[in-house]
Amino acid sequence: MIEMRELRKDFTVRVKAGRLRREKRVLAAVDGVSLSIGAGEMVGYIGPNGAGKSTTLKMLTGVLSPSGGEVSVCGLRPVPQRTRLALRIGVVFGQRSQLWWDLPLGESFRLLRYVYRVPAAEHEARLRRCRDLLDLDEFMDTPVRQLSLGQRMRGELTAALLHGPEVLFLDEPTIGLDVVSKQAVRSFLGELGATGDVTLVLTTHDLADIERLCERLVVIDHGRVVHDGTIDDLHSRYGSRRSLVADLDTPLPPGFALPGATTASIEADGHRVTFTLESTTAGAAVAALVNAAPVRDLSVVEPEIEDVVARLYTDGRGVSGVP
Amino acid sequence: MDGLDASVPTISPHRPMSASVATFGALMWSGFRRYATYRQATVAGSFTNIVFGFLRCYVLLAVAAGAAAGAAGGYDARQLATFVWVGQGLLNVVGIWGWNDLAERIRTGDIAADLLRPVPPVTAYLAADLGRCGYQMLTRFTPPVIVGAIAFPLVAPSRWQTVPLFAASVLLAVIGSFGCRYLVNATAYWLGDARGPLMFWTLGSGVLAGLYFPLRLLPEWATVTIWVATPLPGLLQTPLDVLVERDGPALQAGLVALQAVWAVIMVALAGVVQRRAERKLVVQGG
Repeated sequence: MIEMRELRKDFTVRVKAGRLRREKRVLAAVDGVSLSIGAGEMVGYIGPNGAGKSTTLKMLTGVLSPSGGEVSVCGLRPVPQRTRLALRIGVVFGQRSQLWWDLPLGESFRLLRYVYRVPAAEHEARLRRCRDLLDLDEFMDTPVRQLSLGQRMRGELTAALLHGPEVLFLDEPTIGLDVVSKQAVRSFLGELGATGDVTLVLTTHDLADIERLCERLVVIDHGRVVHDGTIDDLHSRYGSRRSLVADLDTPLPPGFALPGATTASIEADGHRVTFTLESTTAGAAVAALVNAAPVRDLSVVEPEIEDVVARLYTDGRGVSGVP
Repeated sequence: MDGLDASVPTISPHRPMSASVATFGALMWSGFRRYATYRQATVAGSFTNIVFGFLRCYVLLAVAAGAAAGAAGGYDARQLATFVWVGQGLLNVVGIWGWNDLAERIRTGDIAADLLRPVPPVTAYLAADLGRCGYQMLTRFTPPVIVGAIAFPLVAPSRWQTVPLFAASVLLAVIGSFGCRYLVNATAYWLGDARGPLMFWTLGSGVLAGLYFPLRLLPEWATVTIWVATPLPGLLQTPLDVLVERDGPALQAGLVALQAVWAVIMVALAGVVQRRAERKLVVQGG
């Protein structure tokens, strides 16, 4: 559905060099990205600010021409065949609007039917589904400029789907939303993805979006792909481990070591100990601990994807080209 | 769908003509609706048009009274009053000033949303602008003309062809004006924002379109040069000259033809500039 081969985008910037002289410097925003995304996949595309996520998305949708490499979406070349491609993709920008600012939401939808030339029955069916799933009814007659951000995002999602796109690009669709609106957007996207009719490419800074929605995770940094695989792959590759937190009635004897685990921290005068599970199971570790000390409370903490990605962003710089 | 209608003549190669017309119509309606939202602006704008109408009318009538035989630039007093009041009505219909939507969307990067639609931007903006013109024809054109007709003696057309020619001329003025405004706004693709060019445009267009004074008051060589070499007289002076029958039937029709040539050139140029911009476009913002 989406093919990128050695895709790149260079920007030329002029940098001050001396009093009047300015030097041209070429910055690679996207530096040779090769990816292949199949029909019906849900892919999370993440990276720190300035990594090249939005630039990639702009090249995929045809609003920005690549400096090099090849790209095809739905079998079309995005820039030269932009208006044809527009009929087959949907795009939601979290920070921009595709709705008519001055018009009621319902009016925007009606216009989109003509702009995309959707048969009336299809339009009605899709709109009804979105109205049900996203609770649009209470603000269908409100001008877009008066909608809250959460309401507007629900409107944007609907607008992007009314022509039945094969690929949906979402650029930070949950940015700035409250918890309830985020949930609404996520569960809607989840249902949409579950049908398998739509290929979904999602950029976000909210990793919960990815955890909830995407099987496949692509991490980009400095314009290059630094990870492409499942979230579990990421955990195992970056050695993120579960940890065992124990509250004890009496402090641990000095020099105590749990087999197959390392002691990560000792707090509260030895009453709270955190172990990182290296080569043992949680069950074995718990059993060993209960034998050695009077345990009041225990919890096993799963690794946070945030921590892994933060490590990827900070340490992983320069680990380019893998895998 | 496209396969079924393959024999229907098309505007764009992938869509049947009837669909393109429906899309264009819907976009026109969007322009109409957008402007219809701001009723207070309509009232305030009309009031301002009327106040300036009185100012301009008295000045031009004074000029005419001072000129030999009471005619300035070949217009008599009634023609001048008509020129002023219909001009005040047309000012917003043609919409020479105040349109910076495109430049703003380029500056903020919202233009990306326009590019993601299956309609070329120039076509979409032209449709919306014609819708805007329709709304302003209904609301902004009549008040100054009615006030003018009450306060001053105006002239009514004496030839039958003047009315259809005037209607065509107004439509061409809107299209030509759209082309000019689109080009001025499109400088934002290269400059980042279009404030400088827009300022320059506001200063130049008022004079050269015949808003401040009829261009016929200038020496003939200057009038002819401006008319032939720039699209600007076609934005206001031509429809007004057609309506007040300043010239004979042949020249009257000739001026509209010249206006049509310029309107086509400007819109075509807007299309070329838009495509050029898309090739090197950097959509601003993340």
